[in-house]
Amino acid sequence: MQDFAQEFKSAAALILAGDPELWAIVLLSLKVSLLAVLIAALIGMPLGAALGVGRFPGRRAVVIVLNALMGLPPVVVGLLVYLMLSRSGPLGVLNLLYTPSAMIVAQVVLVTPIVAALTRQTVETLDAEYSEQLRSLGVSRLASVPTLLWDSRLALLTALLAGFGRAIAEVGAVIMVGGNINHVTRVMTTTIALETSKGNLALALALGTILIGIAVTVTGAVSLLGLNDDRGALKHA
Amino acid sequence: MRETAFPEATQRAAIEVAGLHVAIDGQPLLDVRELVLDGPGPTLILGPNGAGKSLLLRCLHGLIAPDRGTIRQGGVAMGAAHRSCQAMVFQRPVLLRRPVAANLDFVLRRQGLGRAERRQRIAELLAEGGLAGKARQSARSLSGGEAQRLAILRALATGPEILFLDEPTSALDPAATQAIEAMIRRAARRGTRIVMVTHDIGQARRLGHDIVLMQGGCVAEHAPAHVFFEAPRSEAAKRFLAGALVI
Amino acid sequence: MIGNVMRAGMFALALGGLGIGAAQAADDPYIVVQSTTSTQNSGLLDAILPEFKARTGIEVRVVAVGTGQAIKNAKNGDGDVLLVHAKPAEEKFVAEGWGVQRFDVMYNDFILVGPETDPAGVGGGADIVAALAAVAQAQAPFVSRGDDSGTHKAELRHWKAAGIDVSAASGEWYRETGSGMGATLNAAAGMGAYALTDRATWISFGNKDGMKVLVEGDPRLFNQYGVILVNPEKHAHVKAKEGQAFIDWLTGPEGQAAIAGFKLEGQQLFFPNAK
Repeated sequence: MQDFAQEFKSAAALILAGDPELWAIVLLSLKVSLLAVLIAALIGMPLGAALGVGRFPGRRAVVIVLNALMGLPPVVVGLLVYLMLSRSGPLGVLNLLYTPSAMIVAQVVLVTPIVAALTRQTVETLDAEYSEQLRSLGVSRLASVPTLLWDSRLALLTALLAGFGRAIAEVGAVIMVGGNINHVTRVMTTTIALETSKGNLALALALGTILIGIAVTVTGAVSLLGLNDDRGALKHA
Repeated sequence: MRETAFPEATQRAAIEVAGLHVAIDGQPLLDVRELVLDGPGPTLILGPNGAGKSLLLRCLHGLIAPDRGTIRQGGVAMGAAHRSCQAMVFQRPVLLRRPVAANLDFVLRRQGLGRAERRQRIAELLAEGGLAGKARQSARSLSGGEAQRLAILRALATGPEILFLDEPTSALDPAATQAIEAMIRRAARRGTRIVMVTHDIGQARRLGHDIVLMQGGCVAEHAPAHVFFEAPRSEAAKRFLAGALVI
Repeated sequence: MIGNVMRAGMFALALGGLGIGAAQAADDPYIVVQSTTSTQNSGLLDAILPEFKARTGIEVRVVAVGTGQAIKNAKNGDGDVLLVHAKPAEEKFVAEGWGVQRFDVMYNDFILVGPETDPAGVGGGADIVAALAAVAQAQAPFVSRGDDSGTHKAELRHWKAAGIDVSAASGEWYRETGSGMGATLNAAAGMGAYALTDRATWISFGNKDGMKVLVEGDPRLFNQYGVILVNPEKHAHVKAKEGQAFIDWLTGPEGQAAIAGFKLEGQQLFFPNAK
């Protein structure tokens, strides 16, 4: 076990020294997951808002399905995206398998339901409070959507964070569609899986520490942003 | 005295309600055969809980479509065009999760006013509501009285012909209530028609030019305030006033 | 407030820019090689591929999975070259037309590792079949890959030779992890169990906690690697020219020398034997 302490120390040194390979992996993880969350937000927020304020037959069923999709198993998503993007699959001609784009696709599939479901819930709750007042002010249902989204921005930011957390911590889907190719699709989680399989538990743990550090930093940065934005709103949210 | 307090008010078109009926799950909640609001001063709608006061107000404002009946203003059926000349203040103020000034800006922007003009109007409104120092504060951090004042200012910012108020002071202390009553009086004096629901008989006495008493979804009595309080004609009004005195 | 919105917007734009950058970096010629965890975990490919890239300008992207999955992925057309170690399966792959031709590349060997306490008493032997029979006799825990990989297939051959039906003991002393070699060795270390592993993974494995090599040197533990170009007639997008260049290099003098020159902790792990 003294080996372990020693190895952990050397892994920490590697991180602190700014090893370029390691930081390229960290950067790729951030790129892939942040882009995935951005795309998921562009799809999920309007979808969630439409479900939150819209009333149409089958809406309840859609909401139930959406909530269930929040817990999609990453491995299943990875398999589905692999089958779609494989050369033998329907989207094989796009030649996306084993690229960062494929990993983004898989993470978008994982994150969009989270963003949409949480947006739906937030917007619906706020709509219950606002709808009479907004109608009284002559704001149509459709026109109330931007107001509702803007006024639930802190809760929506939290939804995006939840999505980001899921994306960056996920390994099952990205290893399948990304292939964990060195310098191309190797991200933090797949590196951790690889180093664990090589028995380099300390290095794996050190990488895990960075992963946790990133999660804490991103969460902290967003809540600071929220605080500066509107202290009162956060207090009463 | 009261009559002279609202000089230009007499020229306004009357609101006429006929055969208004609302039922939910087969349960009749509102049944107003006839009600004409044509007085010059604030109309105060009184009545016990569940009498249909708030429901009537929402029908008048067009937030709830009645099952039957008509509401006309100046002989024309009420529609969306009328609602744009009306505003409503709710029992619990619904403020946007934004700074105080932004709550006012939200409605001024919808009127297509320019930036400088909006800034000017916001300053005037905040001064009117005694919120001048709170423009940048979050609306959600205001006290109950301040929040309701802001809600009234926002309603006034739309420049309404008619201002509906649904028990705006029911959750407030006497000082906050007084400040709001003063705002309502000033608005009425400037020519805004006030239709306000309250369960507070004292408030109805202080503000009302005419009083509508609701009971069980029906209008039990509609009379000028001095008649209503000094010589009520209906049994319901007599009992209501007597009961209130006991409480 | 507005400042924050602008900042968030610029942040998003900056991210978008990064993403486009990542997409554009993929323009260099490259091939995808479906290979096994043993070649990757040992560090062999990381060591020799830069030489190939320097020579030809072709980047080799390695997807390291079990042999079974590597062959399936290659059948799907998700790779240009297959580099695995399960000769019968490779020959079937070529016979069915999925691959062009199979070439020997190199070999390493399998070893039986286990706890230093060695409850089955097989340490020091050189007969893998007898050793496995002893393990079964002692009902000592044995961890198998159980993932249809080349190593797993080799292991099953030896059990069969020893006349032992491991499926009957599955879940008792015979435990299948269904994962890669490293994960399986981690499990073996944790359980104090025996395991069959390729030597390359074992030497580079970092978590040998209380385990050692018990049986080695049996000719039946010979582990041959082969390389196959995925058939462009089955998958027109296969980069046949670049893939063949890689195969030619790997089986030619330069690649063979690079394989022989790869050492870990002073030991040569792979022995080139291309014909």
